[in-house]
Amino acid sequence: MRITQGTFSFLPDLTDEQITKQVQYCIDNGWAVNLEFTDDPHPRNTYWEMWGHPMFDIEDAAGVMMELNECRKVYGDRYIRLSAFDASHGWESVKLSFIVNRPSEEEPGFRLDRQEAAGRNIRYTTSPYVAAKPEGQRYG
Amino acid sequence: MNDVANSPEEVTEEPVTSVDLHREFEESGVGDVLRELDETLVGLAPVKKRIRETAALLLVERARKRLGLAHEAPTLHMSFTGNPGTGKTTVAMKMADLLHRLGYIRKGHLVSVTRDDLVGQYIGHTAPKTREILKKAMGGVLFIDEAYYLYRPENERDYGQESIEILLQVMENQREDLVVILAGYADKMDRFFESNPGFRSRIAHHIDFPDYTNEELSRIAEMMLKEQGYSFSEEAREVFARYIDRRRQQPHFANARSVRNALDRARLRQANRLFEGAQGPLTADDLSLIAAEDITPSRVFSLPTDAERQTQEAR
Repeated sequence: MRITQGTFSFLPDLTDEQITKQVQYCIDNGWAVNLEFTDDPHPRNTYWEMWGHPMFDIEDAAGVMMELNECRKVYGDRYIRLSAFDASHGWESVKLSFIVNRPSEEEPGFRLDRQEAAGRNIRYTTSPYVAAKPEGQRYG
Repeated sequence: MNDVANSPEEVTEEPVTSVDLHREFEESGVGDVLRELDETLVGLAPVKKRIRETAALLLVERARKRLGLAHEAPTLHMSFTGNPGTGKTTVAMKMADLLHRLGYIRKGHLVSVTRDDLVGQYIGHTAPKTREILKKAMGGVLFIDEAYYLYRPENERDYGQESIEILLQVMENQREDLVVILAGYADKMDRFFESNPGFRSRIAHHIDFPDYTNEELSRIAEMMLKEQGYSFSEEAREVFARYIDRRRQQPHFANARSVRNALDRARLRQANRLFEGAQGPLTADDLSLIAAEDITPSRVFSLPTDAERQTQEAR
């Protein structure tokens, strides 16, 4: 099951050229671009590991792409997402975020657990199949 | 998202069949940069000539590309050699502007660094530091001042080598993203290139900055003063010419930088003179005039010149 999240979730994965243009758009708007990675695809997993610091003071997208390629070299088997933070007063929040790398092999998807609670209630929980394995060994 | 990608040949269906180089020259703004270079920089004739030639080459390359002729992304990395204060940083800034206008770099900013900004202090510190700087310089020009300090043969565990390797790799693989300019004294840079053949082969343009003549330095001094809203008195102008001649014979002479420092000290003395000796109200002219007595107290006038030293030794 292909995991989607973020701004371009309804589109096919962006090519590097398209990513570069998005990054340049972010930089031109004065947003700080940040790279994060994880191998836990659960949608509630909001705190991903950071790849270095958010990149302030960069003029050209090539700098960010260099970092992204470094990150792919090390964590190419995980999800990597790129987010752009607008620090201007009144916003101070993420303006753009999308996935730029996903595991090369099959993404196994989620298991649905039903828990029978008191009074014939059913509680539902989703958990990724890969989460059964320890972190760092989930893909590949 | 709509800037450089849409060059004319992609928009129009018809192939371009001819190119007017002179129109390109003016429209790209290269003419403006070169004119500005001529006006704001005194002397440096060989440097200006080389830059003009480089600009012509790049313009022709661009025209060839437009006509669909065989072209190869030219290697633009450069080395600027010359004594201190000969305008290497200033020219590098102009060069960044020039390359930007010709479309060889996307942004045209200059990131000026020295060894300290690239090399770390402990194991594993260097690579992230160098990468950080490279990231900032992407799309522009990376200017490495006193680049020969990167390589320290006397210490085999020096981290400079690590930085050099990363630089070389990026200079080779990301030629379209970044232009690197190395600067430093001529002799030390020669030794640096000898011990790092990788650098020599990746640098296409070696530009040598000659020392300024005394007249050129005098003109530079006038320009600097004018920018700050000061001027020399007739007498001060002569005294300052003598000052330059004598200063050149002292150690640590740094061309235009020495001139700037001398002028700063002259302004200090002028302020003191006005403060101590002023009787009654001062006019704007009084406040902006550097007189001879603001220069003569300089230490340089009391030190022996080369000629005087020789006669002393002969005795």
